[in-house]
Amino acid sequence: MTNSPKGFTLNNADSCRVKFARRFLRSLIEIKTRQTNYNNNLSSSPSSSSEIRRRSERIKLKAYSSMAHAVGPRKAWTRALLLKLHNRAKRHRFRTRKRSSLAMVLKKKRVFRVKNHANFYKPAAERGNYSVLNSDEKTEKLRELVPGGKAMDICSLLEETAHFIKCLAMQVQVMHEIADQLSN
Amino acid sequence: MSSRRSRSKQSSGSRITDDQINDLVSKLQQLLPEIRDRRSDKVSAAKVLQETCNYIRSLHREVDDLSERLSELLATSDTAQAAIIRSLLNQ
Repeated sequence: MTNSPKGFTLNNADSCRVKFARRFLRSLIEIKTRQTNYNNNLSSSPSSSSEIRRRSERIKLKAYSSMAHAVGPRKAWTRALLLKLHNRAKRHRFRTRKRSSLAMVLKKKRVFRVKNHANFYKPAAERGNYSVLNSDEKTEKLRELVPGGKAMDICSLLEETAHFIKCLAMQVQVMHEIADQLSN
Repeated sequence: MSSRRSRSKQSSGSRITDDQINDLVSKLQQLLPEIRDRRSDKVSAAKVLQETCNYIRSLHREVDDLSERLSELLATSDTAQAAIIRSLLNQ
């Protein structure tokens, strides 16, 4: 294993930041436009609390997916995160369409996959047992917090965690800046 | 055959770990605002992992709060807002 953890070079981080900001801003425009269209057709107010909640959920999902797309598929956590968001959206679509038979099929498939994963991931959990860390419990918690973390060996987990944290902090910073600009 | 392979994998796995993991853990520590400035030999790996989890959770909470704030901001239906977003997009 020769792949040492690569930090961001400044250029890399900057381009990632710009890519994220662009994608996220475009999503905000999309959400905003959709809302005004709705507003013209329906009578539901965009400032009602339920509408604000629904919209903030949409904004949150767009923030995470914009981030994952901006980083690209080189990192395991972005692939895992996008898959998670994709599956979530698919489930949501099925739920709202109320196609129960299809949803049942999907559910069955999911249960099967989870079972397979449980077998697959067992050795990975055992591999996390190292003298330096001497805390299985804490690595397990970390695995749950980093997308795709359950399938990683300990070195990848630590590398991907470092990268994930940098990106997440950057995402928060950009969202802050946008919110500040909008409230002025 | 398969048992031999798995054993060799395990031994090479434990050989790389201690140094490499120490290195990765101290890199991780540099990213955590709470314990960034402490000397790395003063902070246990378990502590770094604990702080990492806390930090990730706090970042997720911030994303939640900011999404809500943005959602409230977008509720006002003035067209100037879209213009601001577009101007940000062109920067």
